[in-house]
Amino acid sequence: MNSEAANVALTGWQGANIAFWIITIVVLVSAFFAALSRSIVQAAFALFFCLLGIAGYYVLLGSAFLAVTQIIIYVGGILVLLMFGILLTNRPLQRDLPYSPWLYALVCLSGLLLLAAIETVIMMAPWTQAATISAPASDVRPIGNMLLTKYLLPFELAGITLLLCLVGAAYLVRRRER
Amino acid sequence: MNELSLPQLMGFVATHPVALPIYLIVAAMLFVLGIMACMLRRNAIGILIGIEIILNAAILNFMAFWRFRGGLDADPTMSGPMFGVFIIVLAACEAAVALAILLNLYFNFGSVEVDKIQQMKH
Repeated sequence: MNSEAANVALTGWQGANIAFWIITIVVLVSAFFAALSRSIVQAAFALFFCLLGIAGYYVLLGSAFLAVTQIIIYVGGILVLLMFGILLTNRPLQRDLPYSPWLYALVCLSGLLLLAAIETVIMMAPWTQAATISAPASDVRPIGNMLLTKYLLPFELAGITLLLCLVGAAYLVRRRER
Repeated sequence: MNELSLPQLMGFVATHPVALPIYLIVAAMLFVLGIMACMLRRNAIGILIGIEIILNAAILNFMAFWRFRGGLDADPTMSGPMFGVFIIVLAACEAAVALAILLNLYFNFGSVEVDKIQQMKH
């Protein structure tokens, strides 16, 4: 396929399709390293790419607002917090011990079994899909309207929870007088 | 049994739009990887990373179901992105409190390896 034909073919859902598979490769490989890499710093960096790829999924699924939220809060906030935690609690000379092969085999086996079970259920279910799926439109206005009308109570509760958690976290790590 | 060659695979990908079960399978793989991280890791922050992967798999499921039920037109209450936003907010709470607790553990025990921490009071 030459490049001009590819450009013609890349209209509508096909471009999104190619983007989906590229994102899938990035997300699964980086999630693999984030979950199973031996070095914890490496795992945090892999989690960075994993979260960015999942933000790409949200764009493909039609919610750019959630993608931006994911990048700002997850990548910009939680991941930085995790990196601080890692660097504050890692001893400089601490080596990452290898896992025992029995534990490793047990974890891989149970993971594969769980995956097989879930995928069997997914494959057996008779999925029906909406006949027409709307093209991704701007979703910021409906989200804002819904947050202040239908989801007002959860919105306020989430705000109070966030405030309490941050105050509590600051209280927990205060410097104690001995 | 005809074997699937790479051009055939590419042709399949180019002619079939991504449907709901594919998103569900990707989310299931992420979920299982997160579970494996929680089981395997000794470092408590590694377990936290596993939990973040699981939460993201859950949001991906919510978003995929919302989208393939018709998206914005069929569900103007935006239930999918709304679940995602609230999960992200609660994940931020959880990460902040968990890291505060882990820093305290590190000050008291000198380590965040969950195997070595076996008493509640030091």
